[in-house]
Amino acid sequence: MKTKAFRAAFPYTLPICVGFLFLGMSYGFLMGSYGFSFVYPMLMSLFIFAGSMEFVTANLLLMPTFQPLHAFLLTLMVNARHLFYGLSLLEKFRGLGWKKPYLIFGLCDETFSIHCAVTPPEDVDPGWFMFFTTVLNQSYWVAGATLGGLLGQVIHFNTQGIEFVMTALFVVMFLSQWEQNKDHRPALVGVGCTLLCLLVLGSDHFLLPAMALIILCFLFLRKKFPQEVPQ
Amino acid sequence: MTLLQQILTVAVVVLGTMTTRFLPFLLFPEGRQPPAFIRYLGTVLPSAVIGLLVIFCLKDAVFTGWHGLPEAIAILAVGLLYQWKKNILLSIAGGTVFYMVLVQQVFC
Repeated sequence: MKTKAFRAAFPYTLPICVGFLFLGMSYGFLMGSYGFSFVYPMLMSLFIFAGSMEFVTANLLLMPTFQPLHAFLLTLMVNARHLFYGLSLLEKFRGLGWKKPYLIFGLCDETFSIHCAVTPPEDVDPGWFMFFTTVLNQSYWVAGATLGGLLGQVIHFNTQGIEFVMTALFVVMFLSQWEQNKDHRPALVGVGCTLLCLLVLGSDHFLLPAMALIILCFLFLRKKFPQEVPQ
Repeated sequence: MTLLQQILTVAVVVLGTMTTRFLPFLLFPEGRQPPAFIRYLGTVLPSAVIGLLVIFCLKDAVFTGWHGLPEAIAILAVGLLYQWKKNILLSIAGGTVFYMVLVQQVFC
């Protein structure tokens, strides 16, 4: 049962493997260039396991003064999108026993997109499928960050543009969701609200307003179309 | 910052991250039916959030000199590859290599 789930999950994690090794290594390089030992990126990627927040934390560690409350509130803001993920997965994570706390702990953007867009084959246990997806993705990230920290600035090749692997991943997930769902309004609401907020508010302050706007749109859509949206 | 302060800072960040991940599951534990609106959000949010993530990835590209043109071309390539072969890995790998060539050779 476990091998089957592992084999089913592995191909979906491969693009994330490429992206995470690259992003993780850049994070490790960055920490190294700030003068931190590889133990920092290794432990931070293992325990925080939220990419963008780890980059922010690197800057927090460089500040001269110790401001835990500031760090806590900043984390809540940067990671508020996880609240969305949790709400979307309440049903899917039901009844998974000991795997559930780990699945919640490891719920990063990329893993979430697989949980949402991929339905494992019928003979594969969904709990183990999601478990291996999460374990594999986290291992790639920790391995990348540690390697980056260790290798420092030894390696040089033109990696410009490789970060697009994440964009491509989400685009493909978007397309596969689009095909699976008859109702395209939720997807359009997500793209439309976020794009609008980005263009109006700029890239530093658009995420929370975009999320609020998405919820507002759904509030309105639900009043207009009171039936549950069929998946 | 001392080592202890650094460890505490990281611990606080872990705590904050875990708050955002665990809160929905603590608010709506198993065996307690969440309100209808939350269940409705659970059905529509996944598609919307993937749309949000696509735009999130493009947040810096939009404000550069090319206004996201190379990204738009590469996204089109990913879409066409996906329509053609329906192969997730091929679409992502092909699109990424295409984008790298674009930004390194064409839009530089």
